[in-house]
Amino acid sequence: MTDRTMIRIDAVSKFYGIYKALDAVSLTIGEGEFFSLLGPSGCGKTTLLRSIAGFETPTSGEIHIDGVPSVMLPPNRRPTNMVFQSYAIFPHLDVAENVAYGLKRLRLSREDEARRVGDALEQVRLAGLGKRQAHELSGGQRQRVALARALVMRPKVLLLDEPLSALDKKLREEMQVELRQLQKAVGITFILVTHDQYEALALSDRIAVMFGGKIAQVATPKEIYQHPRTRKVADFLGGMNFLSGRILGEQAGTVSVDAARFGAVNLGKPPGFTAADGRVTLGIRPERLRLLWDDERAPHELSGRLENRAYFGEVTHLSVGVEGLEAPLSMVETNSYGADDLPIGAEIRLAYDPDAFVLLAEDPPVSRV
Amino acid sequence: MTATALAAETSPDRPGRRAWRRSEEARGLAMISPTFLYALALLLLPVLVVVTYSFWTQDYLEIDRTFTLENYRQALSEPIYRDLFLRSLWISLAVSVATVVFSYPVAWFISFHGGVHRNLWLFLVTIPCWTSYLLRVMSWKVILGYGGVLNTGLINLGVIDAPLTSLLYNSNAVVITLVHSWAAFAILPIYVSLQKIDRSLIEAARDLGDSRLRAFLRITLPLSLPGVISAFLIVMIPTVGDYVTPRLVGGKDGMMIANAIQAQFGKAANWPLGAALSVTTMVLVSLSAAAVVLALRFALGRMK
Amino acid sequence: MSFLTQRLRFLPWLPAYMAVYFLFLYLPILLLPVFSFNDAATTTFPLTGFTTKWYASLAGNTAMLEAARNSLVVGVCVALLSTVLGICAARAITRYRFRGQKAAAGLIMSPLFLPEIIVAVSLLMIVLAIGLELSLITVILGQTVFCVPYAMSVLVSGFEGFDRSLEEASYDLGETAFGTFRRVTLPVVAPAIVSSLLVTFTISLDEFILAFFLAGTSPTLPLYIWGQLRFPAKLPAVLALGTIMIVLSIVMLTLAETLRRRAERRTRMASAPPQEA
Repeated sequence: MTDRTMIRIDAVSKFYGIYKALDAVSLTIGEGEFFSLLGPSGCGKTTLLRSIAGFETPTSGEIHIDGVPSVMLPPNRRPTNMVFQSYAIFPHLDVAENVAYGLKRLRLSREDEARRVGDALEQVRLAGLGKRQAHELSGGQRQRVALARALVMRPKVLLLDEPLSALDKKLREEMQVELRQLQKAVGITFILVTHDQYEALALSDRIAVMFGGKIAQVATPKEIYQHPRTRKVADFLGGMNFLSGRILGEQAGTVSVDAARFGAVNLGKPPGFTAADGRVTLGIRPERLRLLWDDERAPHELSGRLENRAYFGEVTHLSVGVEGLEAPLSMVETNSYGADDLPIGAEIRLAYDPDAFVLLAEDPPVSRV
Repeated sequence: MTATALAAETSPDRPGRRAWRRSEEARGLAMISPTFLYALALLLLPVLVVVTYSFWTQDYLEIDRTFTLENYRQALSEPIYRDLFLRSLWISLAVSVATVVFSYPVAWFISFHGGVHRNLWLFLVTIPCWTSYLLRVMSWKVILGYGGVLNTGLINLGVIDAPLTSLLYNSNAVVITLVHSWAAFAILPIYVSLQKIDRSLIEAARDLGDSRLRAFLRITLPLSLPGVISAFLIVMIPTVGDYVTPRLVGGKDGMMIANAIQAQFGKAANWPLGAALSVTTMVLVSLSAAAVVLALRFALGRMK
Repeated sequence: MSFLTQRLRFLPWLPAYMAVYFLFLYLPILLLPVFSFNDAATTTFPLTGFTTKWYASLAGNTAMLEAARNSLVVGVCVALLSTVLGICAARAITRYRFRGQKAAAGLIMSPLFLPEIIVAVSLLMIVLAIGLELSLITVILGQTVFCVPYAMSVLVSGFEGFDRSLEEASYDLGETAFGTFRRVTLPVVAPAIVSSLLVTFTISLDEFILAFFLAGTSPTLPLYIWGQLRFPAKLPAVLALGTIMIVLSIVMLTLAETLRRRAERRTRMASAPPQEA
C-alpha cells in the first residue's frame, strides 16, 4: 500500500426521480488499499460501487480514477473491473473462454493470451479447469472464475459487489482468507461492498460505513469498531451498551461525564462534538465488561442480577440488570469458567475499564427526498 | 425540498445527464416501436377501418359515406343474423366451458403428478394443437360421418344397428371439434397458474383439518382462478368467430356468424353489413366473456 | 404406468381419465396416416389393404407442388419477419421499463384474443382500401400480425432468464455495445430465436383463414387442401399430404422444444449458482 490516491470521489450525488440514492459522498481511496463499503441494504453502497464501475452516472459530482475524471466514461473505457454479485459467468462459454473474454479485444498473440489465462486461473487456484462448462461449476468455483476474469485484465481497481453473499458460511470464511491473500499478491486497490460487518472488519484496510446515501464514518477496522462516531455506526458494527450521561466538565480534547452507576469517566472528544443540553450518549462494548468470580477484585466494579443467558458454544451472552440503569447490560463471557451454568437471578459482580467508554454523537436525521 | 428546487438541483451542470436518464426510457420505446407500429398499421388501423365502414352503406358498387345505424339495425333485428349470433355465442360458451372443465384435471395432473416429466407431458398435450387445423377438422368429419369411424365402430360392437345421423352436420359436431382444437390453449394457462401455487399452502390447509377435496376447493381452485379465467377467454373469444369448423362439420344447423361475415365479403358483397356484423360479434363476445368472468369470480368468492 | 398408479392411489380414476383424454386428443391425428395408406377411396373401416399410391400421386401433382412452394415462401418470410419483430418487442419488454409498455404489449399480443376472422376481414378491407393487389405478400403481412404474439411468448421466456449483469460484465471487460450484443446477448438467446423461427413457420404452414381472405390467386397448401375437400375422391391424396405436413410439424416442434429447453437450462443454471456440495 502506498500513499498515492487511486480513487477520488468528490461530492457525488445520485437521484432516482426525487429519491436520493447518494447524497454528496466524498471519499479518497489509496493505491493498493483494500477498502470496504459497509452498510445495510439500500444505503447506497452498491450505487457508489456501480458509479465507480461506470454502470451508474452520478447526478452531480466527479469521480477521478487514477487522476482521470471518469464520470462520463463508459464502463469499457475505465481501468476498473468488477466481480458481480451473481458472478455473471457467461453461460455459453467455458471457464477459459470466460477468462479470455476481455483479452480478445486486446488482440494478443495466441500464446500470450493462453499464458495470461493460465496465470489468472492459477492465481485463483482453478488451474486445469479451463475446459469446464459454466453450469458444471460449484458456487465457490464460479466466484473464482469471476475473480480470474476480472484480474486477467490487470485493472487498477477491482470492484467486488457482495461477492461472498451467495456462499454458505464455511466457504465464505475460507474465501475471505483467500481474497485477502489475493489482494496482497496482486497489490492493486480492491473495493468491496458488503453488509456483513465481520467480513468488512476481517478484510479491509479501511471501512466506510454508509447510511441513507451518506457516509457516516471512514476509518480502519479497529478504529471504527472501538471508536464509532455515532450511535448507528456503533450499533451496526456489533453489540453495544448505550447509556445516557451528564457532562461534568469540558477540557481541550476531553470531556468528563457522569456515567450513572459507572461514576465519572473522562472521554476523548470526537470531532465536531457539541452537547447543547449537557446530556450525552455513551457506549461500551459487551466484551469490555468482565465477570468477577468469587473473591476476585477489580479497581472498577459494579454489581447486578443475572436476568437472562444465551448459550453460543464458545461464548455465553449475559444480560445483567443493574439498579439505576435504564436497560440491562449485555456482556459476553467465554465459556472457560462456567458462565453458561450461572443460574438466572444470581447476584453477580462485573469489572469495567473507564477508558473503554466512547462518546457517541447524535446521528444526523435521514431524509432521502 | 420543493419540486422546483429539486429540478434546479438535478438539472444538468453537464448536458449529457438528463438525456442519459431519459434514454433508458427512450431506448425501450425505440426498441418496441417497429413491432408496435406494425401492429398499429396492420391491426389497430384495420379494425378502426372496419368500425368506420360499419356506419356506411353499400350502394351497388359504390360506398355511401353518410353516417347510418342501418347495418346495426339489420344485424340485430333480422332473424337470420340474430339466430347466428345466439348460436355462435352459445357454441363458444359451451366450447369454452367444456374445454376448461375437461382440461383442468389434465393441467392439475401434470402440475401435481407430472414429476420430472412435466415438460414432456405438456409437449404431448400441445402437439395435436400444432398440427393443421384444417386436417384436424376434416379428421373429425371422418370420425363422425355416416359411414365414419365412430358409426362403423359402434355397429361392429353391436351397440347400434344402423349408423347414427345425429353425429355430423350439427352444433354438437362443431362443439366436439372445437373442444379438441382448443384443448392445449386451456391446459397451458391453467397449468401455469397451478405451478405458481406454493405447495405448502395446501399442506397448511391439510394441517388445519381440511380433507383433500376441501383443500382443493378452498386453496387450489381459487388460487388457480387467474389461469381458469385466461383459459376461458383464450378459448371463448376466438371460437365465436370460427369459420372452418361450422363449414365442414356444422351443416345447415351448425352455421356460425363467421360464415355470414364471409358471405358479406364474398358473394353478397355488402362490406358495411359485414363490418357491422364483425363489430357486433366483437362487442357481444366481449360482453358475454366479461359476464362469465364476473360470474366465476363471484362463485369462487362464495366458496371460500 | 406403475409410477403413476403408485403416486395416484388416492385418485384411481385420474390415470383412466388421462388415457381417455389423450385418446380424444390423438385419435383424429392418428386416423390421417391410417387412411392415407389404405387402398380404398373411402374413409371407412374395415381397411382394405396397404398402398402408397396416394403418396405417389402427390409427386406428379403440379397444383399441389405449386401450393407447397407458395407455403414455403410464405412460411420462411413470416418466420423471419415475425421473429425479428418479436425480438424487438421481447427485448423492449424484458430489458427496459417505459411508460405505455403495458398498452403496447397488449396491442401486440391482442391477436391471441381476437376472433381470427375479424383480423382477416379488417386486413382485407385495408389492403383493398389502399389499393394493394392480393398476393402472397399480403398473406405474409397478415400472418405476421398473427404470428408475432407466438414469437413473443417464446422469446420473452427465453430473454427473461437472461441475467442483465452478463451484459454489464461484458462492458466491464472492455467490450462495446455492439460487441456485447454479438458475443454475449445473441449466443445466449440464440436457442430461443431458433425456437421462435420454427414455431412461427409451423403456424404459417397451417394457417388457413388469413390466407383464405388475403391470398388472391396464389394458393397456399391449406387453401389447396380446402379446394380438394369438395371432391370425396381426392380425400385419400389429401390425407397423404396431411400426413406429410403433420410429420413435418411434429419434427419442427420437437426441435423447437428441445432448443427452448436447452436455452432454459443454460440460463437457469448460470443465474442460480448451486450450493457447494
